[in-house]
Amino acid sequence: MELAGTFGILQQNLLSPLTLAFLLGMLATLVKSDVEFPEPAYKFIAFYLMFAIGLNGGVELAGTTFAAFALPALATIFLAFLLPSLCYVVLRAIFRFDVANAAGVAALYGSVSSVTFAAGIGVVEAAGMGYEGFIPTMAALAEWGMIVALFWGRLGLKSRGDAIGKVVQETLTGRSVILLMGGLVIGALIGEPGFERIAVVFSQGPEGLFRGVLVLFLVEMGMVAARQLREFARVGPRMLVFGTMMPVLMGLLGATLGSLAGLSVGGAFILAAIAGSASYIDAPAAVRTTFPQANPSIYLTSSLGITLPFNLLLGLPLLYAYTQWFCDQLARCPVLPPGA
Amino acid sequence: MGPTTVTLLTIIAEGLLRERLIDDVMRLGASGYTLSEVHGRGTRGIAGQFWHGAQVRIEALVGTATADSILAHLETHYFADYSVIAYTTEVRVLRPDKYT
Repeated sequence: MELAGTFGILQQNLLSPLTLAFLLGMLATLVKSDVEFPEPAYKFIAFYLMFAIGLNGGVELAGTTFAAFALPALATIFLAFLLPSLCYVVLRAIFRFDVANAAGVAALYGSVSSVTFAAGIGVVEAAGMGYEGFIPTMAALAEWGMIVALFWGRLGLKSRGDAIGKVVQETLTGRSVILLMGGLVIGALIGEPGFERIAVVFSQGPEGLFRGVLVLFLVEMGMVAARQLREFARVGPRMLVFGTMMPVLMGLLGATLGSLAGLSVGGAFILAAIAGSASYIDAPAAVRTTFPQANPSIYLTSSLGITLPFNLLLGLPLLYAYTQWFCDQLARCPVLPPGA
Repeated sequence: MGPTTVTLLTIIAEGLLRERLIDDVMRLGASGYTLSEVHGRGTRGIAGQFWHGAQVRIEALVGTATADSILAHLETHYFADYSVIAYTTEVRVLRPDKYT
């Protein structure tokens, strides 16, 4: 991998509207500005982004064979099991966390950050590449990682009860899964002709609103991340190590397995973004319900205050460079044109 | 008949507990409740974590026995792990039968 190449990607990423918007949000909070993102707007935009990703994926699903889909899906399911388990073991053995806190952090890192996922899609689009239409399915499958972590925690605490069943149901019917999968089905049903008429709102391409809305959303995410960062003192430097090393490791595993499973460069990179990201919206609520004794400061600060900014600023470009290198040298993955 | 004294029970909790607390309050004998979203800070820091919006305040007018059983329930199920405070005050109302 050429150093100059990686540096170029880093620089390009730092100057992308997504990253700049995120930094603006962080700055606004750090200088205690009165910039405010109304909560209903936040919820609406999160809704829009997930639904749009599903729709775009669904439209591009046409022509996908089961054979092309099966291996990447299998790789994702394997990652959903491996990544939270790895986090749990690392936190217990190396970081000496108690069961509840280890399982709590692992649950967040085992599930998917919609923002990082969407930013990954943004990076691929900006690079003038396409990705497989079924990628949103991978994001939905990866959400199961959260349940694996909660399961380890329950096992570790030897606690019984029906909460896990409830969490499984809530994961299956959670907003991101319903919107992604629902959008995917609708997109597949309406196809290209139907989508053309709503493309002005939903398209991820240059003719649609998606990119601009994502930029707006990242201002808010920057503010949220910076607010959470204030808790950093209570969490300590050990989470800085975990919150930056772990996403890289998980992302590398995602890119590697994705490439070997036959994904394109764009698809393998987005799978890396899915694998390397940590959730901070749906998973914390599930953790709070299942392990109320775990400290929210630890898992939220790590995921939201450390890993999210790290991924957006450094993690994604790093994973992108790695995916390109791995695909070039070893896996020979195809490069899809945009909107393929 | 003039105003009679009943108990006003107030619970302020993190937003995550909204549905569970409403269930509990009704199940333990309240005839109704008023819910509002509030913002504040307590010993656990800012409890209204952003993904669940604000904290909730649940108010119910109840008899003393019901108030006590709800308080006892909160103590055994929530006080240890969640951000919850609860208190009672005596208030005077007309139509006490509506509440107790």
